[in-house]
Amino acid sequence: MSVDTATRPVEPPADTAARSRALSALWAGTWPKVGAVVAFVAIWQAVVLSGWRPEFVLPAPLTVAQTLGDLVREPEFWQAIGTTLRRALVGFAFAIAIGTVVGIAVSRFRPVRAAIGSLITGLQTMPSIVWFPLAILLFGLNEQAITFVVILGAAPSIANGIISGIDHVPPAFTRLGTVLGAGSVDLYRHFVIPAALPSYVAGLNQGWAFAWRSLMAGELLVIIEAKPSLGSRLSFAQDFNNAPELIAYMVVILVLGMLADTVFSSQSRRMRRRRGLAVD
Amino acid sequence: MTVTENEARPAPGARPEPVAHGGVRLTGVTKVFGRGATATTALQDVDLDVRPGEFVTIVGASGCGKSTLLSLVAGLEQVTTGTLEVGGRVALMFQEATLLPWLTAAQNVALALKLRGVARAERTPQAHALLERVRLGAYADKRPHELSGGMRQRVALARVLAQDASVVCMDEPLGALDAMTRDHMHDEIERVAGEAGLTVLFVTHNVREAVRLGDRAVLMGSSPGRVVHTEHIDLPRPRRMEDPEVARRAGSLTAALREDVARHVG
Ligand SMILES: Nc1ncnc2c1ncn2[C@@H]1O[C@H](COP(=O)(O)OP(=O)(O)OP(=O)(O)O)[C@@H](O)[C@H]1O
Ligand SMILES: [Mg+2]
Repeated sequence: MSVDTATRPVEPPADTAARSRALSALWAGTWPKVGAVVAFVAIWQAVVLSGWRPEFVLPAPLTVAQTLGDLVREPEFWQAIGTTLRRALVGFAFAIAIGTVVGIAVSRFRPVRAAIGSLITGLQTMPSIVWFPLAILLFGLNEQAITFVVILGAAPSIANGIISGIDHVPPAFTRLGTVLGAGSVDLYRHFVIPAALPSYVAGLNQGWAFAWRSLMAGELLVIIEAKPSLGSRLSFAQDFNNAPELIAYMVVILVLGMLADTVFSSQSRRMRRRRGLAVD
Repeated sequence: MTVTENEARPAPGARPEPVAHGGVRLTGVTKVFGRGATATTALQDVDLDVRPGEFVTIVGASGCGKSTLLSLVAGLEQVTTGTLEVGGRVALMFQEATLLPWLTAAQNVALALKLRGVARAERTPQAHALLERVRLGAYADKRPHELSGGMRQRVALARVLAQDASVVCMDEPLGALDAMTRDHMHDEIERVAGEAGLTVLFVTHNVREAVRLGDRAVLMGSSPGRVVHTEHIDLPRPRRMEDPEVARRAGSLTAALREDVARHVG
């Protein structure tokens, strides 16, 4: 051992300590997920090795990984992701606008609630794929048909999120607003909307999940030749019996869905923590 | 000045002079909730004249209309008959601090300033100054859930000051606090109200607290709610909850209160 050991600070410098703490927190959140993926891949591999189905139908994990590695080098792959994400974002943006306006209208105006309050919940329970025959009749086999169904899939959840958020604003807050002299616009802006925000974000999260599902259903049903999308690539992979590519696309779809969910749930956790609410 | 007059009644001995800034005057105020068979007379023929800067405490059995009285003064409800005159802006403080959980202490105070029309640039420094006045300067950037119950009520007190009201209605503001924190809040409310020259209407269930704080304690009776007894408390300040004289006055008020409760239970 060298002699200068004793003169070195015992504690690592502060920023290193902070960084290592952040890393260990990250690791604590990550290792269960990594473990689950490893376990899943192991089971998959075991099923393949058991010979339950021939390899060209159920390829091994490594084969799929190699296919995915090849895919990411093709421009069509990124084009497909681009098309799908653009459709998802456009549809979701419309759904947010429509769901928010409808939600506020229902929570504000009694006749509107009586008229369409329960219809919104009904729409929410309706599998969005049943809209496609009508959408295709109305718009034809094109982008509008897909967007139409994505909006119908997502908007009811978003509207319901804002309705239940506003319904459950503590009366003490609105009373306070009145005491502080807020007019109806200020009452909404500073008391009602912020109080309803956690429920609204939960509605957005659920709305996104429905939008994503509707979009995938739409891309499998409404295939537009000129525009490769994740759904159409998945469908072609099936047509050509290309099992490795089919599963590779499924993995991509799963990962994109999970990424979006991570964004929403981290936002909602941050908001709940700031308000001193329970964070699971 | 706000005047509510739902029924022109010839006041006995006619009171021509309007209520002064910071004063509150109820003349024959009756408040009925609902109508027909379900109507509840919460207040009947209440007369109360509060001087500017006076600290009036209100005690009475549960349901005798204390909160209703404050809601009328604060303008949250309208009188059914009678006249209510209030000289200036009214602020209201509740049993719960009702701070907005998505804002910091300073932002909660600043929101009251904003709704009062204070210019944006002045809000933050003013909010900090108000928090200093309730000795919470160091907690300006904390969120409500990071504060104790007593601290939250002090933020609510700073917010009341932000409203720049001349009359403050407090509805059992210390009911949820432990005895130590409550004693501390007595000093704080007394000091802050004194400094700002506020008129205070303070509802409490604690008779001793009513004597500790009030220039005058008003005892309300129930079914229907009305003023049954007024006690002028001319004890020197500062007072303490444990003072024997405070205890003695509280004793006589409690006897009067018991009498009213017994009349309705027995
Ligand atoms: N919004 C309302 N609608 C109908 N009745 C009401 C309403 N508010 C109060 N009351 C009735 O008026 C009466 C007085 O109520 P109030 O809340 O003023 O009593 P209180 O003295 O504050 O009671 P406590 O000490 O329990 O707070 C009660 O009988 C109550 O039921
Ligand atoms: Mg009450």
